[in-house]
Amino acid sequence: MSAREVRNLLVSAVLLGLCALLPIYGSAYWLTMGTTMAMFAVLATSWALFSGPTHYISLATAAFFGVGTFVTGLWFQSLPFWSLPLIAAVAGAALAALVGLVTLRLSGVYFVIFTLGLAEMVRQVFTWVQNQTGARGMYVLTSLTEREIFWMLLALGTLVYLAGWLIGRSRLGFALRIIGNDETVAKHSGIDTARAKVLLFMVPGAAAAAAGAMLAPRYIYIEPATAFAPLLSFQVVIMALLGGTGRLWGPIAGVIPFTLLWEVITRQAPNQTLLLLGLAFLLIVYVLPGGFVGLWDRARRRWGGR
Amino acid sequence: MFILITGLLLGGTYALIALGLNLQYGVARIMNLANGEMLVAGGFAAFWLYTAGQVNPIAALLVIAPLAFAANWLIYQVMLVPLVKRAKSRGALEVDSILATFGMSFAFVGIMSWIFGGGYFNYAFLATPVDLFGSSYAQNRVVAFVLAVLIGGALWLWLSFTRAGLNLRAVSVNPRSAPLVGIDVRAASALAFALGGAVTATGGALVSMFFTLDASVGVLFTMKALIIVIMGGVGDIRGTIVAAVLLGIAETAVARLIDPGLTLAAAYLLFLLVLLFRPQGLFGKAQT
Repeated sequence: MSAREVRNLLVSAVLLGLCALLPIYGSAYWLTMGTTMAMFAVLATSWALFSGPTHYISLATAAFFGVGTFVTGLWFQSLPFWSLPLIAAVAGAALAALVGLVTLRLSGVYFVIFTLGLAEMVRQVFTWVQNQTGARGMYVLTSLTEREIFWMLLALGTLVYLAGWLIGRSRLGFALRIIGNDETVAKHSGIDTARAKVLLFMVPGAAAAAAGAMLAPRYIYIEPATAFAPLLSFQVVIMALLGGTGRLWGPIAGVIPFTLLWEVITRQAPNQTLLLLGLAFLLIVYVLPGGFVGLWDRARRRWGGR
Repeated sequence: MFILITGLLLGGTYALIALGLNLQYGVARIMNLANGEMLVAGGFAAFWLYTAGQVNPIAALLVIAPLAFAANWLIYQVMLVPLVKRAKSRGALEVDSILATFGMSFAFVGIMSWIFGGGYFNYAFLATPVDLFGSSYAQNRVVAFVLAVLIGGALWLWLSFTRAGLNLRAVSVNPRSAPLVGIDVRAASALAFALGGAVTATGGALVSMFFTLDASVGVLFTMKALIIVIMGGVGDIRGTIVAAVLLGIAETAVARLIDPGLTLAAAYLLFLLVLLFRPQGLFGKAQT
């Protein structure tokens, strides 16, 4: 490891420690905000792991997340809680692999369209199954407090970061950067592009489902219409792109300001959230194509520095 | 038989909506994900004219279509031309236009729910039954189907037999070669985008005669139109029509035989089959 990597590792460890102590020095309000931010940090960072290098815009987050909450809802009484995020991660990765196998051989547009309706389709199927069996929603009543959920999410976020760092150093990460630059070149260099993309897509699938499983106790009552709310996918895309997908820490730089802004808007003008979402998309496309990371890199280039 | 005819009637309207999207994607190369919101806006306009001004929805089309044409032309010139100019490749334009039109889509939903509120809206127009082949159907569905066929047919004739239509088809086949034979690609794309928007808004006005709409329902129609366009093949009018009718029948069959809540799942099943076996579209040739 170079000195620079050691430094980055130390900085990350200190920041992580500061975050982990939030339940001790922060108020209940900030703990709630912190949990929401941790959730979006997991979702946006894992989203960017796949969509950053490949430029495939995935809108499947809500579907994976919903599957995760249902795993908890169905089995939290019969299985120990620690096993549920694992089961959810496997289920999410399997769903991602299925979606990937169908769409990732083809061009990006097919993938966007398929994932756009995926959450809604899974919701319809779950609702239908529930109607057939006569079940309605489910109550998830556990002894878990907000603080424990926050710590679990933080641990999951750390895992996602480690995974991202390892993928970045691995052959798979290298292959993906080539695919993102020019898929034809990648194919000619002997990279199995479809396989690489499917494998990588399983990472956000597993992470989002695990996050869903951890957060289910927070919602208390779970039904398909709320578990698969498609809005979640778009929030994740906005946050990741606002921060910028060029670097591992980029999405978090988008998550924190956007979560705060979202909170203010939902309190002050709850009917305008969609307008805000739309304007944020337009802002990213027209003003901030590289997100905050792009701004940061440009600033550093202009004013020297390392 | 009932399912077939209901599906056909529904598919006719879907075909019109998808034709609008296909013009925008096939010629202007803009994957317009705000397409469904344009449809809802058309429906809103028809609803408002009918309830506030007692204007017959069919007559209202004469106002809605030109307005939608102008609005979409402006959207293309103001919002999308900068993206087309800066795009280095087709892929980059696709990503940019997807994000930009998502933004527009949410902004439109926000504005429409601001103006009209979040409630559902519908109105009773020609809600009397007619008898066809031994079963009865709502008259407004039949009228909407006939109008969709007329408008779609007119569009097809225009594309096939006029100079302007030929220009659009040339751009659709190869946007790089079209300027070599003296076609202004920018103008043709703007025309196609505006025309596509007008066709979609017209479809929305037709749909509003028999569907209950609300401000946020647009994305469902976008989804269906996208599935139809991909199923039929990009830039392929005949494929679009066949795909729309297939989707209409499949949805009606699932809604009547299994569960009305599963219509999107039915559309997805078709989509899945197409992606697995004919990703180039029903009548498309394999791409190189």
